[in-house]
Amino acid sequence: MDAASRRFRITDIFYIVMMILPLAFAVVLKILTNVPSEGISISGARIFFTIPMPIQDFPITESQVNSLMVLITIFFFCRFITHGISERVVLKRQHLAEWAVEKVDALVNENMGEYFKGYSPFIISILALSAFSSLLSLLGLFPPTSDINIVAGWAILVFILITYYKLKCGPMYYIKGFLEPVPILAPINFISEFATPVSMSFRHYGNVLSGTVVSTLVAAALGGLSTMLLGSLPGFLADIPLFQIGLPAVLSVYFDLFSGCLQAFIFAMLTMLNISGAFPAEEYERRRMIENAKNKKVNN
Amino acid sequence: MEIAISIILGCCALGAGIAMIAGIGPGIGEGNAVAKACEAIGRQPESKGAVTTTMIMGCAIAETTGLYALVIAILLIFVAPNTMVGILLKAIQSL
Repeated sequence: MDAASRRFRITDIFYIVMMILPLAFAVVLKILTNVPSEGISISGARIFFTIPMPIQDFPITESQVNSLMVLITIFFFCRFITHGISERVVLKRQHLAEWAVEKVDALVNENMGEYFKGYSPFIISILALSAFSSLLSLLGLFPPTSDINIVAGWAILVFILITYYKLKCGPMYYIKGFLEPVPILAPINFISEFATPVSMSFRHYGNVLSGTVVSTLVAAALGGLSTMLLGSLPGFLADIPLFQIGLPAVLSVYFDLFSGCLQAFIFAMLTMLNISGAFPAEEYERRRMIENAKNKKVNN
Repeated sequence: MEIAISIILGCCALGAGIAMIAGIGPGIGEGNAVAKACEAIGRQPESKGAVTTTMIMGCAIAETTGLYALVIAILLIFVAPNTMVGILLKAIQSL
């Protein structure tokens, strides 16, 4: 084995280790700070410590730490699958990277149009971050998407982008948009403007959180059922979790795998539709034509 | 005192239950959407991909009202009792 390929391997191993390390750190942190509790417990994100701030204390919570860990993992995963990329495909993982990029490019092109071509990195990062955050519950960790603060952050980001594209034709055109069918509807238009980020964040967070709540309740109910029926048996027979086999796993497949990925897709889809819907393409085109005509006149 | 706290807890649970009546609406709406999507796919099987994507988006948007109710119910169960009891205790102390 020559030196170059050995270095290649070592870099690979470094990326894989850096992929696993943050998740392992999150699991260890969870085990260390876990407070054992009796019966069922549905709690929010655990607050590790708070940093005193002038206006309000700044708490460092489990969801922030977990989402940071997901970020690091995704970063090194992307580094891993694009490592040693070349024009003729040699490595298998290059197929994965090319497939993802092509799919997202096609999706963005289909839903947002030609003007928003540069948005595919943003869309795939939202998609990956949301999907992997929801999948974090497979490791028994707190999924950051079931904390409204995290999802609301993304929704506010999308809201800023929406407003930016609405302001593309100048502030006067933006204000005119509020008075659209009749001026009397302005307050309702104003409310619906702010309803977009609220509904986006509530949708994502509510779906993930309801999955957690429902599966916890079902697991607790089945546990109660098996203690009720088998509790009177002697010895170790009383501790057999008979009814807890099967159903919670099916629920977990639905709520953790299917619902998490679906919500990530829906969030990305809504991001694309909202941003491209906010852009007044015809007006922008018209203004640009007028501008071009003016410039030509000046040049001539 | 205990009676007051139990009234607070009971009313919070009742309110959460009443809020979740809103779950009926999205249920009917999503059912309609999926039924129509099945019809459309049955009529034109080649447009399955586009119909499925549109249906999922529509379902997600129809779900929103139900999720508002869910958020209110969760707030009523997990957040409201603590806040209400805190207000009650403060009121008793200030007497």
